[in-house]
Amino acid sequence: MTHSLTRAAAVALVLGVGGAAGPATAQDTLLNVSYDIARELFEALNPAFAAHWRETTGNSVTVDQSHGGSSAQARAILEGLAADVVTFNQETDIDVLAADGLVPESWRELLPNGASPWYSLPAFLVREGNPRGIHDWDDLARDDVAVIFPNPRTSGNARYTYLAAFAFALDQNGGDEDAAEAFVRAIFDNVPVFDTGGRGATQTFAERGIGDVLVTFEAETGGIAAAYADQGLERVTPSLSLFAAFPVAVVAEVADRNGTTELANAYLDWLYSPEAQRIVAGHYYRVTDEGVAAEFADSLPEVRLVTVDEVFGGWDAVRANHFAEGARLDNVFVNQ
Amino acid sequence: MTATATHLPGRSRRAERTLIGVAVSLSLLFVAAPLAYIFVRAFSQGWQVYAANILHPMTLHAIWLTTITAIVVVPVNVAFGIAAAWAVAKHRFPGRGILVTMIEIPFSISPIIAGICYLLLYGRQGLLGPWLRAQDIQVMFALPGIILVTMFVTAPFVAREVLPLMQAQGTEQEQAAVTLGASGWQVFRRVTLPNIKWALLYGAVLCTARAVGEFGGVSVVSGNIRGQTNTLPLHVELLFNDLNAVGAFAAASTLTLIALVALVVKAALEGKRG
Repeated sequence: MTHSLTRAAAVALVLGVGGAAGPATAQDTLLNVSYDIARELFEALNPAFAAHWRETTGNSVTVDQSHGGSSAQARAILEGLAADVVTFNQETDIDVLAADGLVPESWRELLPNGASPWYSLPAFLVREGNPRGIHDWDDLARDDVAVIFPNPRTSGNARYTYLAAFAFALDQNGGDEDAAEAFVRAIFDNVPVFDTGGRGATQTFAERGIGDVLVTFEAETGGIAAAYADQGLERVTPSLSLFAAFPVAVVAEVADRNGTTELANAYLDWLYSPEAQRIVAGHYYRVTDEGVAAEFADSLPEVRLVTVDEVFGGWDAVRANHFAEGARLDNVFVNQ
Repeated sequence: MTATATHLPGRSRRAERTLIGVAVSLSLLFVAAPLAYIFVRAFSQGWQVYAANILHPMTLHAIWLTTITAIVVVPVNVAFGIAAAWAVAKHRFPGRGILVTMIEIPFSISPIIAGICYLLLYGRQGLLGPWLRAQDIQVMFALPGIILVTMFVTAPFVAREVLPLMQAQGTEQEQAAVTLGASGWQVFRRVTLPNIKWALLYGAVLCTARAVGEFGGVSVVSGNIRGQTNTLPLHVELLFNDLNAVGAFAAASTLTLIALVALVVKAALEGKRG
């Protein structure tokens, strides 16, 4: 017993050393702290970047990944998680870092497209054959449709859904906010269960078989359809949706200390290259490179995108008018 | 007396059977079935897929990280447990009651609170944060943080097992040994330790099981860096959230195995600790 335990420990030791042993110098390692659902994406991107880096500089590089809820990740960085770069799905989470001085205030201007190398939008996933004929936001307000998305109080994903539906209604009715609120409320009344996060809503829809349509980021719909391939779920893109930035930044303070500033900048620049954008588009994100976007036009159909700034006057106004206590979300979400 | 003895067993046997039946079915429903299901799901795509999941470098690293954490934490807590129990059971000193309460604190505090407390103490914005940063010491979101939190959460296990036994045994044997000329170390090694060894092992097994399974506190201070600070329980959650159910259940099966081994060892020790 003692002998076999010792051996097991020895094996674990060898395995662990093998697993932990990275390149020798600090400059060759980069920690990318990212949002929750991006693991597969970066598992595809990082080896490609390593190959690119070896080709151009002759050095090898390992990009370590940490994934979690974007806001929780920002909080961890504030408390000392040594991220060289962040790749988030909420601009406000980088603003939090900027307010603390970890990231320059001007981070949006440092890279193209508002420092968002790719973006996405709330879109739909429906049952095989689209039996309810769901094509646009107004179909979600119909009495015979059950809609699934998470609780907008706990899920950033669902807040985008709320805002996209609101923006659609404003566009249709010529800017009548109260009518838009009534429209969104009709959609909310069709939601049988509000899970706390996107993954929970996905399980409610795909594993428990509840609802006719799941609303989530378009980038998620492809992965979900693939994960539950036997169900024949179909992706539907509405006519209008909300631009959801996926912003990136170098955490200047950490990169300075680690001596990784050059590598970190190169990594983020490379995310805009056609090679990286092609990988990203393959994961159903919309990309900024027009050539690559054209290559993927079949899987990512044309959609009219509006931004939070255009429709709602920025995130501060959204918070005050929609998500603050007693604001519009409370009216819509009244019975929950 | 005889009348009650013949009358009661008939009734109590029926009640006994019902109670046993209820207990067994509930255990099967709430404990055995989910445990068995872990293995069913883990092997649902064949043992090759299972092996591939277990042998994935990230899973191996998680197993390694959890092992090294237990290897550090358990001996420290065994030493702490003996020392604390020894101090409380064999000596009278002011603040003794407070020490007993202190030992129990980790039991009554949610692990996530422990994690947050350590973060507020050792984190970048924490009390010791600036000093640690100046020394270039990374405690949080690295192995030291994981070990510290696990140590806190599992601290009472050994002391709790050893303390009642030491108290029951009193100090007569030690006093006799001292009278016979034994040194402090001899008293401890020849008298105290043999008396508590089964309770000590029992506590160590519980401590190991808890250290290996700890989730909440560690999740606060881990940083979730794959291949670096992702412990086995965190890795299970990560795989599950990634819609990799088979991988999650495969990783969970290793945790379950550790728990089952601990359970068997615990059952074997239970009889002996007296």
